[in-house]
Amino acid sequence: MESFEVTKTDHDNVVALYIKGYLDAHTAPMLENELQSLIEQGKYRIVVNFKDLVYISSAGLGVFMGFIENIRNNKGDIKLTNMNPKIFRVFDLLGFPMLYDIMEDEQQAVAKFNN
Amino acid sequence: MSTDKMKYQLKIPSITDNLELIRMIVSTVSEKVGFTPDDVNKIELAVDEACANVIKHAYSKDRQQPIDLVIEIDFKKITIIVTDHGKGFDFTKIPKADVKEYLAEMRVGGLGIYLMKALMDEVEFNSQAGTKTQVKLIKYFLKNGKLELTKDK
Repeated sequence: MESFEVTKTDHDNVVALYIKGYLDAHTAPMLENELQSLIEQGKYRIVVNFKDLVYISSAGLGVFMGFIENIRNNKGDIKLTNMNPKIFRVFDLLGFPMLYDIMEDEQQAVAKFNN
Repeated sequence: MSTDKMKYQLKIPSITDNLELIRMIVSTVSEKVGFTPDDVNKIELAVDEACANVIKHAYSKDRQQPIDLVIEIDFKKITIIVTDHGKGFDFTKIPKADVKEYLAEMRVGGLGIYLMKALMDEVEFNSQAGTKTQVKLIKYFLKNGKLELTKDK
């Protein structure tokens, strides 16, 4: 059975979310709930690490679009890191690199928040 | 595998939980007939997008409704036809190919149709209000004049 998991780590003032498995219309609400919960806690500086994500559909990309405006209005951002080429291609096809910071690795993204 | 025309037909309950099963079937068949791993990924994602749209929009998450999935293979191409009997869709309102404008407005949803078009060689929509809506997704074996179909398995 394919699955999806979200775990998180606090780096001082930045939260890193690790997403694993298959992110589609079935599992996207799990990520939505996690981001909603961060916003409710006033945590607007978010790094999403895609290292263990093997599949994404537009429902997954839609989650990021759904929150980004609110997060940026609160002086935060969602930075995306560690994507494999298959995942990156979906983001690229939809023009996301134009609007989101998509970075090589998590530490780089955390450092960018702290600069 | 022979290149005679073949047809697979499935009727699948419209729940998001079944997207995984749909992807598995479509990718297994595409792989078996010789598409490259890259094309298999594209076909799998395009069909996921078509079926997710049916579940979310056509049937508004009514779990009792079926998605009809037909996979046809001939010597030139794979054709996947996703049919629903939901509320229909106005395909004249499909977002323009320029997704930049779409993203700039941060509109949620609707990306699936754009992706289907980007991933497949041909995409056809046909909606008859109150009867059925059909999305036909086609990918050819032949690319740039070169036949990519692998030998019989």
